[in-house]
Amino acid sequence: MAPTHATPPHPETAGAGAAVAEPVLEARSVSKRFPGVVALDDVSFALRAGEVHALVGENGAGKSTLIKVLTGVYQSDEGEVRVSGEPVRLARPFEAQQAGISTIYQEVNLVPLMSVARNIFLGREPKNRFGLIDFPRMNRETTELLDGFGVRVDPKRPLHTLGIGTQQMVALARAVSVQAQVVIMDEPTSSLEPREVETLFRVIENLRGQGIAVLYVSHRMDELYRICDRVTVLRDGRHIHTGELSPLERMQLVSMMLGRDMAEVRSDGLTGFAAEGHDAARTPVLTATGLDRRHQLHDISVELYAGEVLGLGGLLGSGRSETAKALTGALPLDGGEITVDGKRIGRPTPAAAIRAGISMLPEDRKAEGIVPGLSVRENIVLAAMPRLSKAGIVSRAKQDRIVDIFMKRLRIKASSPEQKVGELSGGNQQKVLLARWLCLEPKVLLLDEPTRGIDVGAKAEVQSLIDELAREGLAVLLISSDIEELIEGADRIVVLRGGAVAGELAGDEVDESRLLEVLADHTPGDHTPGDHTPGAVPADRTPHAGRSDRTPDAEPADRAPEPGGKVPAGQEDPR
Amino acid sequence: MNKTTPATVPAAEAPAPLKSAPSRPEPRPERSTGSRIGELVQRQGVLAVLLTVILIASFVYPTFASLDNARGVTVQASFLAIVALGMTLVIITGGIDLSVGSVFALGGVLAAWASQWGFFAALLVPLVVCGAIGLVNGLLIARANMAPFIVTLASLLAARGMLLAFTDEGATTYLVPKDSAFAELGQGSVWGFGYPILIALALFGAGGLLLQRTSFGQTLFAVGGSSDAATLMGLPVARTKILVYTLSGLLAGLAGALNAARLSSGVTIVGVGMELDAISAVVIGGTLLIGGAGSISGTLWGVLLLAVIQNLINQIGSLNSSYQSVVSGGFLIVVVVAQRYLARSRRTT
Repeated sequence: MAPTHATPPHPETAGAGAAVAEPVLEARSVSKRFPGVVALDDVSFALRAGEVHALVGENGAGKSTLIKVLTGVYQSDEGEVRVSGEPVRLARPFEAQQAGISTIYQEVNLVPLMSVARNIFLGREPKNRFGLIDFPRMNRETTELLDGFGVRVDPKRPLHTLGIGTQQMVALARAVSVQAQVVIMDEPTSSLEPREVETLFRVIENLRGQGIAVLYVSHRMDELYRICDRVTVLRDGRHIHTGELSPLERMQLVSMMLGRDMAEVRSDGLTGFAAEGHDAARTPVLTATGLDRRHQLHDISVELYAGEVLGLGGLLGSGRSETAKALTGALPLDGGEITVDGKRIGRPTPAAAIRAGISMLPEDRKAEGIVPGLSVRENIVLAAMPRLSKAGIVSRAKQDRIVDIFMKRLRIKASSPEQKVGELSGGNQQKVLLARWLCLEPKVLLLDEPTRGIDVGAKAEVQSLIDELAREGLAVLLISSDIEELIEGADRIVVLRGGAVAGELAGDEVDESRLLEVLADHTPGDHTPGDHTPGAVPADRTPHAGRSDRTPDAEPADRAPEPGGKVPAGQEDPR
Repeated sequence: MNKTTPATVPAAEAPAPLKSAPSRPEPRPERSTGSRIGELVQRQGVLAVLLTVILIASFVYPTFASLDNARGVTVQASFLAIVALGMTLVIITGGIDLSVGSVFALGGVLAAWASQWGFFAALLVPLVVCGAIGLVNGLLIARANMAPFIVTLASLLAARGMLLAFTDEGATTYLVPKDSAFAELGQGSVWGFGYPILIALALFGAGGLLLQRTSFGQTLFAVGGSSDAATLMGLPVARTKILVYTLSGLLAGLAGALNAARLSSGVTIVGVGMELDAISAVVIGGTLLIGGAGSISGTLWGVLLLAVIQNLINQIGSLNSSYQSVVSGGFLIVVVVAQRYLARSRRTT
């Protein structure tokens, strides 16, 4: 362990917590421009040894850019970066790592085909006396290292066979085991289970004790207040505030991030939904009866009315996304029937569903939706091409008109319709996707986690858009693991559990405690992890005991929420 | 040696639940003999096919099993083997090197020309020139971010052109002096096995160590597995790519020089389409064409398999030797399909 573990680089500050010290990492008047966008505008920022420093801001505020400048991925146009007071030029990630800056990225950045041990030791493999890699030692040290993180896996296993949370822990182990003075964590908890989050926090405490500086980026307020000493707020590429975190009220912090008045935030609430519900029509637009798929869906029936938002609740693995996919024809069914406006869809395929007027905003917008290399215009009209073209010729004038309408209506922030979508912030990408489906003039809109991974401000905007759409008569199915969003946004909630309908909440029943009761099978707080069987796995799993037991192969454990309304892994917490 | 399995890779998600208790630190799992054989077949599938083909051929054609024939087949294969060694490293990084055939021919002609100044000149000149071509390939790919396919296609044409210019469109043939040390390098033998075979074997041994037991080798896998991740982990991605193409050029040049020594002259028409043979051998050997997984040993078996097939078709006198390409092409398809099938069956067991 000794050769790989970080030694305290500043013994004099060790254990001093957030005591004032010389900044180990500093950005001075850094600016970074991309075509059409100023990503960072004269930002200064200092990180002290032994502190955990939160970096917050909306998406597009410049957090990622600042991190990339600090880690050598980007070079700043103006300003300088200093490490321990010395100006440095970080031309490549390698140089940042040489300078003692270690980074965990939001999406796991390891090599999937290589083994756990090889991933951890890539670039600094232990050698034997012939100068060849010493695999036994490498595997042994990996096991020891991961033990410290409560992760027990065979170091020889290829990384891609592990669950995503475990992969994140491996990335963490790698980042911490190099001789780092600074560890930068970009949304480290977004794919972790609550238990893994606890481990992460323990590791962070440990780093703090060793005098290592941690830069912590997260959207989750609870985490920030639990773990961070100071906070820096960025907005629109500019530095807004740096200071102690604990005296700062949450509302104050949010209002700084949004650049909105505190009173305004208070009165509007944290979600963008209006307080009152919608007037739903009397006859359902979409009726699904007896949807069945082996091991995944069991006799699911749903009715969706025009002008309402129907929430689809359930824990991870309960069959929410599968149900939505089944409705769009993307998931082959063993049985069941889908009707739109009284017309039955013969064999549900995505094309048939789109023709019938069902559109879906997929959960993973990077993998299943956005084409980052195409422009905003091209992304929006992609699905509508057949309607906009005559004899294979696409009318540019029609395109421009539609794109113009939707960019205005959805308030898409882009330098022009020709800007590449990959350059937009997460929230704006989501709006582009929404526009793509809306220009098909659907009757039914399925939204799978529409606000995941986008910042507070854009979130509220997307939420109020959903509201507007329902008001205009669209039938909206909303899937969200954000309980607040589900309750404030939906008029009714159908709750799934283990691939079947567990209950339905309507009217006054739509509140947090009722929802949690149904989610947790009427006995909240009385479940051990792994007790519920996720829809996709046959019910023959052995119960696990012991805190360090991990189930990297299984689906994320279907977990009963704690009484306090703490929601399971992988969710945004807007509070 | 072969630690990486040439499996078709599911995106990032874990496949179906593999074991009942994955939390334990992998207590040597008790598996059925069947699944162990399955794994062996998948890892060393080419070797199994190679041995089967050799076994059957030995019974059917007695002339095939002779020591003389074995010597002939292996010495023929050794040149392709050296070229395929470099190709394996390139393909593991997710790249491709189409220039090796032309570079092979250029190396041969340069070696024959330089052999008038002695043994070392005959080796050094082709190595320097061919290494330089590889270096240029690497620089263009790694620094200028150009597609390996395009860059090496261009250098395929360029090397062939240089070769033609150098030999006055093939009119001039450079000869290796008889009984020179350089000619001996190509024609000499130990127990009847030619030096090129021994050199190829030595290079494969070194290549195996390089790939599996050095940081450079690990970096090759990392670059091929995920170039972005390798960059963010601070690995020298560009340097690795430059090195690997240089190495491929060097090996192709060396193979060409050895071939010239064996033939006693710089033949200009050799090496046409050799890059495709090398790629076939690498893929048959279980290396993923998209990079990130592969092995040196597999490539060796792949080269031998191609050589044995060619030899068999020659043995069957009635068959036109042109059919060799048809058979090797068919094999390529069979191997890739079999790999995918085996990988899938292994995941579900």
